Formats: sequence, C-alpha cells, structure tokens
Amino acid sequence: MSIKLNVLDHVMVPDHQVMSADEVQALLERYSITFEQLPKIYHDDAAVKQIGGKVGDVIRVIRQSQTAGIAEAYRLVIRRPKK
Amino acid sequence: MPSPKRIGKITFGLLSPKEIRTMSVRKIIWADTYDDDGFPYPQGLMDLALGVIDPGLRCKTCDQKAADCPGHFGHIELAKPVIHVGYTRLIRKLLRVTCRSCGRLLLSPDEIQKVSLTADDELGGEVLTEKDIKKERACPHCGELQLKVNFEKPTTFSEVLLEEGRKSEHKLTPADIRARLERIPPSDLRLLGINPDVARPEWTVLTVLPVPPVTMRPSIILENGQRSEDDLTHKLVDIIRINQRFKENQDAGAPQLIIEDLWELLQYHVTTYLDNEVAGCPPARHRSGRPLKTLSQRLKGKDGRFRGSLSGKRVNFSARTVISPNPNLSVTEVGVPLSIAVEMTVPVRVTTHNLEEMREFVLRGPERRTLRDPCGANYVIRPDKRRLRLGGDNLETIAEQLEPGYTVERQLRDGDIVLFNRQPSLHRMSIMAHRIKVMDGKTFRLNPAVCPPYNADFDGDEMNLHVPQTEEARAEAAILIAVQENILSPRFGGPIIGGIHDHISGIFMLTHDLRWFTKSEVLYLLKYGEIDHLPEPGRIDEDGTPRWSNKQVFSMILPSDLNMVFRASSCVNCDECRHVDCERDAYVRIVDGQLVSGTVDKKAIGAFDGAILNRIIRRFGMDRASRFIDDVTKLSIRAIMIDGFSFGIDDEDLSRTEHGQIEEELARAKDDVERRIRIFEEGQLEPMPGRTPEETLEMQIMQVLGKARDRTGEIAGRHLGLGNSAVLMAVSGARGSMLNLTQMAGCIGQQSVRGERIMRGYEERTLPHYRRRDRGADAHGFILHSYKEGLSPTEFFFHAIGGREGLVDTAVRTSQSGYLQRRLINALQDLKVAYDGTVRTTMGRIIQYHYGEDGTDPMKGSFGDPVDVKGIVESVLKEEV
Ligand SMILES: [Mg+2]
Ligand SMILES: [Zn+2]
Ligand SMILES: [Zn+2]
Ligand SMILES: [Zn+2]
Repeated sequence: MSIKLNVLDHVMVPDHQVMSADEVQALLERYSITFEQLPKIYHDDAAVKQIGGKVGDVIRVIRQSQTAGIAEAYRLVIRRPKK
Repeated sequence: MPSPKRIGKITFGLLSPKEIRTMSVRKIIWADTYDDDGFPYPQGLMDLALGVIDPGLRCKTCDQKAADCPGHFGHIELAKPVIHVGYTRLIRKLLRVTCRSCGRLLLSPDEIQKVSLTADDELGGEVLTEKDIKKERACPHCGELQLKVNFEKPTTFSEVLLEEGRKSEHKLTPADIRARLERIPPSDLRLLGINPDVARPEWTVLTVLPVPPVTMRPSIILENGQRSEDDLTHKLVDIIRINQRFKENQDAGAPQLIIEDLWELLQYHVTTYLDNEVAGCPPARHRSGRPLKTLSQRLKGKDGRFRGSLSGKRVNFSARTVISPNPNLSVTEVGVPLSIAVEMTVPVRVTTHNLEEMREFVLRGPERRTLRDPCGANYVIRPDKRRLRLGGDNLETIAEQLEPGYTVERQLRDGDIVLFNRQPSLHRMSIMAHRIKVMDGKTFRLNPAVCPPYNADFDGDEMNLHVPQTEEARAEAAILIAVQENILSPRFGGPIIGGIHDHISGIFMLTHDLRWFTKSEVLYLLKYGEIDHLPEPGRIDEDGTPRWSNKQVFSMILPSDLNMVFRASSCVNCDECRHVDCERDAYVRIVDGQLVSGTVDKKAIGAFDGAILNRIIRRFGMDRASRFIDDVTKLSIRAIMIDGFSFGIDDEDLSRTEHGQIEEELARAKDDVERRIRIFEEGQLEPMPGRTPEETLEMQIMQVLGKARDRTGEIAGRHLGLGNSAVLMAVSGARGSMLNLTQMAGCIGQQSVRGERIMRGYEERTLPHYRRRDRGADAHGFILHSYKEGLSPTEFFFHAIGGREGLVDTAVRTSQSGYLQRRLINALQDLKVAYDGTVRTTMGRIIQYHYGEDGTDPMKGSFGDPVDVKGIVESVLKEEV
C-alpha cells in the first residue's frame, strides 16, 4: 500500500488550478498576448501532475505575495525538453 | 522601415569546398599585390574583383566605389589538402571512433541502441564520445583490425603499428585523413552529433582556401609613400608562394621527401593563417619580429572583435578626467574644465528665432581663452550635410551664409545638461545627469554629497562625461536621469545622496546642545544659502546684543512646515528615553520647520539614512530636497570652520590614571585566561553542550579577552569626550567607530583567522618565541598594545596574519560578486515594464503579470513599505507616533 504525497498540501506550494478554455481566452485578451508569450511550466512539474495538467493547458498559480498579499500568475504547460 | 523578423532557428555548419568556390569571385594564383604603377595585379591578392579600397577605382564585381563595395571573397586551390587547426579535436575523435577501413562507427547495432537510447529526436540526444567506444581492436562491421591513433599538436596524426611486439608510428597525411572521413556514413554522423547535410567531416580538411575581401585587410600607405600590407595579406602571400612551389615540384615529379617537406610547410602557413597562437607551433612573425595578428587573433581577447569592437564600442562626445571635490557646487552641477568645454559641442538648429545668436557663436569661432568668454562654435553643418570646421579666416563668411536649415555645433556653456558616469556602473545611479559649470583647472568637480551613488572618492578616481546630442536625449536626461530625480535609491526606497564625512561632523558640531551666535556669526554661517531675512533673535544679552541659537540657524534651511520626530545616530537607546531632555541631545524634534531639540547628524542628513531629507522629498518634492542638500552641505562646511576640525597623534593621549586602569584590566584578563587554562589542563573544565573541552576553552578565552578589550575602550572613552575629534566622528556617524578609537588608544585586541585565535605556524606553537602547547593569550595573537603605543614584534606578526585574511576576503568577494552581478544584468537587461504594468521581454513575453506583484515603484515607497504612514501621521499630529 502506498500513500501518495499531495504536493499541494505542503505549505510552501502555492495553489495550482487548470484554467478553462474561456478563462484562457480572456487571459490572452486581457494582456493582448499570444500563447507563446505566456510564461512556461513543465508537464512533469510535481504540482502540474497533481492537478492533471496536460501540455497546452494554462495553469493559474495563486501565491501568497510579500508585497501584494495575493498574486496570480499564469503558466503554459509545455513538454520538458530532453537535455 | 521593414518590420522586424523573428528568428526561428540558427544552424551552424562547415563551409564546403563547393560553397567556397561558389562564393568566390576570382581564383587567386599570384602572390603579388600591386604592380610598379600601384595598380592591383589581376588574379593577385588585391584583385579588383575582391573589392576596392582606393578611392576612385571601381569594383570589378559590383561596379561600386570604395565606400559602397562590401568586398567579395576569392579562393586559392591548394596543391594538397591541409588540416584546419580549429577542428583537430573533432578529427581526432572521428578517427578514433570509426573504422579505418569501412568508416563505420566501431559499435554494433545493439551497442548503438544501448548508448544512444535518449536520441529519439534528431540531434537532440546524447552525443557519442570517445569513451563509448571500447578499446577493442576489430571493426564489428568488416572485421578490420583497428590501430591506435595518436595526435600530436598542432596538426600531426599518426597510427601506431605493432610489428613483432615493437611499436612503430606511421604518419597519416591530411589526404589519408580526408579519405577516411569521407567514408563515414551519414547515419553514423548523426549519432555523433553532426548534421551531415551542413557539415561533412571531410570539410575540416581544406582543399580550397577562401581569400577574404581586401576590404577586411586593407593596405595602408605610410608617410614615405610606401605601401604596408595587412598581416592577413602577408600570410596569404606566404600560402600562395608555398602552394605554387608545391605544385611545381609535384608536376616535376620531385622526390617524396621534398614533397613531404613542402606539404608540412603549407600546413604550417595555413595553420598560422587561421590561428597564430596554437600550442606546439612557433608563431609566424613580421620582419620586425612582431607576431602576426591573424584570423583568430582578430576575434579573441580583450581587444578582439567581440569584447573590443562589439561589446566595448567607444563613443563620441565623451570626456574623461580625474575628479576633485567642490562643496560650493550644487549636487546637480558638475564642474567641467574649460579645455573640455571648448572641445565638446551641442548641435543647435538655426531658426529664424535664433539666427542672430547663432551668428554670434559662429563669429566667435573655436577660440575661448577665459572662463568669462561666452561660448563659441566649432563646426557648422550646411543643409546638404556638409560639415565645415570653423577657424582662421572663415568665421565671417560662414556667419554670413547662416540661415534656417543650418546646424551650429556650439561649445558647452554653463547650464548644459550632460551625463556623468563612474565605472563600474553597477546601478542606475552610476550615470546621472548634471548641469555644467565651466571652471578653471583640469579636473571634473563635483559636490562630495553625490559621491555615495557613484561610490567615488578623490584619491585619483576618474569619471566620464557624455553630452547628449538631441532634444529627446536632453529631455530624457532632465526628466529621468537628473541627480535630483535619483536622490532616492530604488534599492531601499531611501535617500542615497546626502552628507558625508565633514558634512556630518560639521552639522553635528553646529546643532549639538545649545549655542548662541551673534548676528555676524549667523550671517557667516548662512552666507551661501538663499536666506532673505533673519528670524527674531532667540535671546537678547544684558548688553543688548541679539543672539540666535544654533538650532535656529539650522532651522533656517528647513521648509517652514516640516514636522518630524526621530532619534539621532548618537542615541544610545537608553532604557527609558527622556525625550526632549535627553542628556545626549539625541531626541530630534522638528515642529513647523523649527528644530526644537536634538542633534542633526548622520541619521538626519547622511547618505543612506537622511531622515530629514527623506521627509522633505515626500512632502515637498525632489527639487526642494536637492536645494536642502545644497544648503546643508554649505552650512555644515561653514559650521565646521568656526571651531576648526582636526585630528593628531595627541588626540589619542590618555592620562596616567587611564593607562594604569587599562594595564590593570589587561592583567586581570590575562590572569583569568591562565586560570581557565589551568582548570582545563586539570580536566576540570565543564564542556558546553555540543562542544569539546578544547572548543569550550577557546570560546571562553575569546570571550574574556574580547570583554577586556571593550573595557579598555570604555576607559579610554571616559577620558576622551566629544572634545575629541575621533569621538565626535564616531558619535555623529561621520566616520569610524568607537572600536577604531579603542584600538588606537586602548588595546588592539585579539587577531583572528576564520573567527578563531591564530593556531597555525610551527609544531604545536605559533612562533618559536613561545613554549610548545602554550595556550596563553599572547601566544595566540592577542595584542595588548594600542596603535598609539606600538606593537611588539610578535604582535606585529600576528597583526599581519589577521590583516591578510581581510585583504584576501575582499579580493575574493569582489570578483565573485562582480561575476554574479554580470550574469544577473545580462539576464535582466532587456526587460521592461509595459504600460499595462506587466514586465516583458523585448519579444513581449511576460515575466511578471504585475511589476513586483503590487505594481509599486520601490523608489517611491518607503524603505520597503508602499506608503510612509508614520511620516504622514507625524506631519499632521506634529507628535511622535
Ligand atoms: Mg578611489
Ligand atoms: Zn564589390
Ligand atoms: Zn570496418
Ligand atoms: Zn536618549
């Protein structure tokens, strides 16, 4: 029997959510950017795997911020390139 | 303007012989350059088809004049192939991993599978190395026995033959090598990380050599009319000569020995043509004995193309000289020597409105003998872009021609805005815009209050000055880069410009406790400030002389509705603060622009602290703040001159009582140390948790001796009051600390290496002056003398040991942090905050969705917080909060 660790439960790991297609569309419009201009996150990132993010998904990361209290960031899931 | 294109990918490959011939416009066969008439030989190294450098001639390839022709490549057909020195390591690897007969990789298909499992996408996987090939001697494909390949610098390859147990070397000619490389199949090359479509390995052995255009190796004509050729041309001449001789000998059927010699000679010339600093190869030299600067030398090193010409371009309209201080200048100004001001210019367009003024500039010309002379002009640019140098007899004629559409390059004059810079430019305040003040002398002058952002001092520092040449640049300089816009550091949101050294000593001496000045003294102090009228005198003596207090004098330079309360640098954090009644006068209270109590010192006006300055910036803006800095620096310099300020050896004198006390204190400490050592040696020492008895003893000794040193400082400090300059500087925060004074007058104390007493040296002792295993204070670097008394020889030695550590530390730290800084700057330099508040790269890629996550400018915040709430409340309540 194995108990899998949920990384999101750790205090140091911020909340990750997979965004819906509509949300992503709104995001791209809000910043008037293309998909490519989003910051990236690897598909095998522990938190991405936990929430079931797939390559091409956009992840919303909700962080505790020293300056702003709560800060949101958005990252595009990409394949980790081989060395 | 064409829209910028995005680069999808860059492919690197080798130049194939075919490509070299295709791009060549002329086959070069003659080693000669110019004939007797100075005309280029056809098919020589200066052939007109390779481009032109002489004005008047036209290029045979593109039919353009010297200025427009970019130059064109030619080529030399080599008699025999030669190795390209830049690829010897690749050649060595390929010879060692492939079969000498069939050219295939020395691995069976299974092994390839194993080694290159990760290589599922093209060229992306692990690349095979020499280590992946086992030292086996037979090819798995054809069964051929493999031989060891030796490589000798710079370009010699040989095979090791084993004959009857004896080893013998057999040299491989470049032709042999080329033949072997040709046999390697493309599929095997991909496994080796080589894309055979753009880089066949045999192309690393040259059969044809490109001849660079003359435009990149121009000949220069010396004063005596002789031509002097470029180093590259010299080298190419050598190559062609040998190549020619080689061919002739080859055709004549010369003996093998001669052919080999010539081949090696050709190899040498081609090698040094490519790189004249190869190991194991004597550099080719000029007739004078100077090594030639060939292709690789043009690129490499500090003065090479990358670091010298691309990253480190020199600019026009800049000046550099030594800096020196001038407290009478405003912080926003810079003093510029007249000789620089007449040399540098600002372009001014002539319009109908300034036509007369411009005429005057032109009429005055470049001559300007004294500071009082108005500025002239050095050049006039006509509407057809022709630049006319002013001088001599052409002033009147050119002034006459002047009309709208012309541009006059006038000399610098007072008030011109310039950029001022000191290297290393580590933060943005390393370049600030100042207003010029033309001065006598040969140095740049600046107010010492702007030294902290530049990290400048006057021990020979030099600085650079740049003159913006367009209206846009000047506007940007005035609005964004001006000194007064950079008083606050974005690093910590507080002022980085402020009083230093004597400014702080002076203002401390002026404002400490209560003093009364006569009218003439007050006027002396405030002479250079913009003071319109004196306030009511604070006191009238019995004889009727009006007097003003020192605090009143300082209040004159404060904005009239400033309110604040804080504790000065001299505050010692008494257990119970007595506020206005503080016996050190360290409780600063300003009500409605009047200094009610407290001493103004580093905390109030110093660089990096500057509480008053900071409040003035927030309440009254940058311009008022820079005026305050100017006023405070001038006032403090005047104040320090009332009493005078100096430091001499007798300022470290103590009386006999203090000397006795210090001696007693040190003797007591020594006894204490010896007692603890005895306890330890008897095995009675109780170790501290997690420490051995030795460590415990060491810590106790350090502690005892440290305390003793501090106590001598206290004894010295009791004797030396604020009347002592060193004490005053330490208390006010101007320079130094009480520790420095302790070491000068009391006792220097323990010298340490890596935080421990000095333990290194001889066997079981630091110096032969001590017994082995002596654990005493003096045997391990405790210095009980002061700098004033002087050190004993052993003490001096220990001091040198401790001092060396500090020097090494700083040297290592600066180089490490410098490298770290460079890497950060390179990674961040092109990021900018877009209008929507995001931080983006030049490609518009997002780095942060909101600058700093809260979108606030750290410079506009207050020491890390977005809003200075305390300051606002204080200003309203006029009370401490
Ligand atoms: Mg210096
Ligand atoms: Zn041309
Ligand atoms: Zn083989
Ligand atoms: Zn106090």
